[in-house]
Amino acid sequence: MGLEEKLPSGVLLTTVQGLVNWTRKASFWPATFGLACCAIEMMATGAARYDTARWGMEVFRASPRQADLMIVAGRVSQKMAPVLRQIYDQMPDPKWVLSMGVCASSGGMFNNYAIVQGVDHIVPVDMYLPGCPPRPEMLLDAILKLHEKIMAEPLGKNGEKMKAEKEARYGKPVVAPGSMPSSYSHNKKLRAEWEKAAAEGKEEQLRIQKWMERGTHV
Amino acid sequence: MLDAVKGFGVTFSHMFKKTVTTKYPEKPDATAPRYHGRHILNRHPDGLEKCIGCELCAWACPADAIYVEGGDNTEDQRYSPGERYASVYQINYARCIFCGLCIEACPTRSLTMSNEYELARDNRKDLIFTKEQLLAPLLPGMEQPPHAMRLGDSEKDYYLGALTNPGVSAGAEKRS
Repeated sequence: MGLEEKLPSGVLLTTVQGLVNWTRKASFWPATFGLACCAIEMMATGAARYDTARWGMEVFRASPRQADLMIVAGRVSQKMAPVLRQIYDQMPDPKWVLSMGVCASSGGMFNNYAIVQGVDHIVPVDMYLPGCPPRPEMLLDAILKLHEKIMAEPLGKNGEKMKAEKEARYGKPVVAPGSMPSSYSHNKKLRAEWEKAAAEGKEEQLRIQKWMERGTHV
Repeated sequence: MLDAVKGFGVTFSHMFKKTVTTKYPEKPDATAPRYHGRHILNRHPDGLEKCIGCELCAWACPADAIYVEGGDNTEDQRYSPGERYASVYQINYARCIFCGLCIEACPTRSLTMSNEYELARDNRKDLIFTKEQLLAPLLPGMEQPPHAMRLGDSEKDYYLGALTNPGVSAGAEKRS
């Protein structure tokens, strides 16, 4: 081709990687998988008020064969576990799992023999979302964090090599992709403040301070 | 035939209606003032921690999400007024159901809740918040513990003075 020799090294692959990751995150179809009360919040998130259509994921697919994302919404009983695994296996690659609510994340308050103590015992989980149930904003936040993670995902073997090289040269990013709250990552000023605080390890204090300054609670 | 057009008319009329969609990530709506969000461990006005390591929050927790280990204050290592402080304080947000029973149980109003809810993480370890993450920020006039009691000779002065000088106890006390 010749083009890749003329361009500075890494440019072409990073661009393709960015494009592929963008297409993956921009039409992120979730599988319908509501198990308990979290599913109600999940439905609310899909509806007009919170509107996941803004990120191209308004269609909850009834068939796992058309889905990229499994939102495990609710407590998973031991009896449901093989079903959950089967749905996961039926989804085509690349696929992601979002464990919604504390019951799916760790068993939550149901620390007993009937409930699986976290879906990560059955399937690999990409994002844990606490809350009982999480409000729709929390689910949106988890989805946006997952988007950020997807955007940072290396493409193929060479992508991984490139990422390792980059990390060796510049060090790991101060804020790991998918750890900044969405209301901070979508606001330039707050984002800079969070990055500065994260470098000092005080991002959680920043969050409390900002909330106190807003004073919506008094 | 006319009915089909009528249907489109209904859809089209929505072009002129106000949108109900929130502007969440850019402009989040304010939560209810008493929304149960992530916890805060508060401080006295001089920076000492309010937590006395009594573990009542851990006992009250229905999901066993809180882990506390108490430690003894000494004259040169003082973190809170009184005898004891929490040397380890952890809240596991993968278990916490935000019921607020820990807040009710807290005898010193050390533990309160904020309205912050963006807590999703990509691993279970990051969901366990330690004392460093939960403690309130140092406001002007506060000093990083350990240090001696600045507001009186005994812990009694702290609690009696708390009515007029509550320190960081976000929420109820702030309203005057």
